[in-house]
Parts: sequence; C-alpha cells; structure tokens
Amino acid sequence: MAEGVKPRVKVPSKASAGDTITIKTLISHQMESGQRKDDDGNTIPRSIINRFVVDFNGENVIDVAMEPAISTNPFFEFEATVPETGDFKFTWYDDDGSVYEETKTVTVG
Amino acid sequence: MTRTTVTGGRLIMAAAASVFALAAYAGPDDDELVVNGDIEMVTKTDAPDHMDAIDTIYSGWRFRSDETQAVQADDFDNPAMLWVEQAAEVWNTAEGSEGKSCASCHNEVDSMAGVKAVYPKWNEDAGEVRTIEMQVNDCRENRMGAEPWKYAGGDMTNMSALLASVSRGMPVNVAIDGPAQSTWEKGKEIYYTRFGQLELSCANCHEDNWGNMIRADHLSQGQINGFPTYRLKNTKLNAVQSRFKGCIRDTRAHTFSPGSPEFVALELYVASRGNGLSVEGPSVRN
Repeated sequence: MAEGVKPRVKVPSKASAGDTITIKTLISHQMESGQRKDDDGNTIPRSIINRFVVDFNGENVIDVAMEPAISTNPFFEFEATVPETGDFKFTWYDDDGSVYEETKTVTVG
Repeated sequence: MTRTTVTGGRLIMAAAASVFALAAYAGPDDDELVVNGDIEMVTKTDAPDHMDAIDTIYSGWRFRSDETQAVQADDFDNPAMLWVEQAAEVWNTAEGSEGKSCASCHNEVDSMAGVKAVYPKWNEDAGEVRTIEMQVNDCRENRMGAEPWKYAGGDMTNMSALLASVSRGMPVNVAIDGPAQSTWEKGKEIYYTRFGQLELSCANCHEDNWGNMIRADHLSQGQINGFPTYRLKNTKLNAVQSRFKGCIRDTRAHTFSPGSPEFVALELYVASRGNGLSVEGPSVRN
C-alpha cells in the first residue's frame, strides 16, 4: 500500500461558455519503479500510479497510461474547453488497486 | 498558457540583443515576481547602508531563466510546497513528554508571519544570536520535551520552509546593531576570509563577480532571502547552512558544520546583506 498519497487539482471555479481553461493536477506518490533494490539486494516491488483519467460531465477529457519511468509526484497540466457548467472528475489508479478521486465544479455564467 | 509575471516582449528583445553580445549576459533580468497573483516580491532594491561594494541588491530569482522563475510564481507549481504541507501537519501534531504541538503555544502558523524576516536574531535569555532552526529546537527540547531535530535535516528544513512561507513578501530586516553586533562582525570577517586550496572568500564570487558566469551558471549576489530553496539539481529543499557548506566545500576547504557558531554568524551577516528584499522561501533555483 502506497503511503502519503494525496491528490491535488487546480481548476478555475468560473469560466465563460467555450472558454479554454488550464487545469493543473499533482498527486503525491513515491512512484517506485520496480527497478531498484533494497540494502539486502531484494527487488523493491513496483508501486506506481498507472492510469490517470479526467472526465467532464461523464465525457472523457484525457486518459493517460503511466509507466514506471515517470517521476515521483506526477504533475499534469492540460487545457480543456468548457461548454457548460459541470464537474471535472479526476481519477488516479494505483498499482495496489487503490483509486483516488477528486471532483471540481466549474460554473459557466 | 500565459503567466503574467514574466514580461512577454522581453524574450524577443533578448534574442535580438544576443546577436550583438557574443558573451552570454549573466546578470539579473528585469522581471517582477508576483506569487499566486497576490504576493508582490521585492527582488531588487537599494543595498543596505553597511554594504560598500554593491549599490543595488538583487534576489537570486532575477538570475534564473524565465521557466525557473515561473515555477516559483505559483504555489501549485512550486515543488517545495509539498514539504511545506508536510510541515503544516507536523505543526499540529503533538510530540514529546509535554504532549504539545507547535500549535499548542503558537496557534495557527499564520501567527508566525514576520518571524522569519528578522532571523537570525539576538536571544536575550540565551545570550546568543539564534537562527530560526535553533529556536525550533529550543521549543522542541524545552517546551515540548521532544528530541531535537538534526540541524539541517529534512524535518527541520521543512519546518523552516513553512515558517518562511507565511512571511513571504515581507522585507528581510535582521538587526545588526546592539547585542548582535559582535556576531555580525564575526560573520562579516568570515565572508571576506579566503578559505580552501582555491583561496576563495564568499566575496570573491558574490561581491566581485556577480553577474558573470561561473562555468555554465549565472553567479548571483548570494542572497539568502529565498531559503529554504528547492533546487532543480537535487530536487529537494536545501537549508541555507547546507548551501554555505556546499560553497565552502567547493573552495576545497574543510567546512564548518551546519549549526556551528561560525555559520550562525555568517548567516546573520549574509541575511543582513539582503535587508530590504522580500522573504521568498521556499524559492526555486537551479
């Protein structure tokens, strides 16, 4: 079980219809690659976030497959167009089966 | 994506200028730092009266590339804030035989705004100049009944970064007169003393040659208003006295230890060279 995992997202709370907004996400995670060995020479098992998905009102925005070479605390920044008021749902999938979720509402007005 | 803190037209100007200037310009730029679109930082100001050789002091932020500068302009981008968050949890966690946390006496960490700006500072009861790290350990040992932290270790540097973060934007204003003066004089002497096989003093680089290149890097004035600093080269928070140690090691000298009286004196002196600049910690540098 990965410890100290904490998702963070930064989404503007307001936007105009059709606006392109910048979204930043970061999840603190040690992202153990599975390549390293401990002091006794045993392989430290892989433990990473392997998938990151963002949906807006049920429609997929991005879907990222992540590999072991990705650094600790993976940071994603991307742009999205918001046609209407709705919820961005962020989901991170951990190797250990844990799923971390976060939701942010953007109000279009 | 646009970041308001970095002047847009400057890049084009710099590109045009570089056609004429063969040597890379290594001095400070004219960008202004606003963190989170809210905290306006003073990164250039008149040097304090006690400095003779330098008229204008610049934060190290001005010597960094636009990309590195931008990382510090938003707490979400600033990797150091992850450790600041950890320290904020420690702030509220009781430890030691007295069952107290930092918050038991100091309440919200916001109440510490302005504290980092005046440290290192004379402590009347102890009869010595103390850094903020020494004060933290004094609290831990005498008020909390907890084990002291290693002077420049991770726990301590995180806490120091948390304390700096609530003082951001406030001017550095360490006292150099009164009872602190003898310590300040000692720090000044160290600053101008050549150390190591390379026989270099702090001043040889940071006073005589700031604005020039030191191998592939820009040589700043060696200001410490941005410490603790997240460095891209080691991807972690760096305590100011660890940086001193690194500098002196690079002169091929036996260094003083973090927390030693020599480094405390040096920290007071170097901090006083930045009186008037904003507290920036935790900053982002190369």
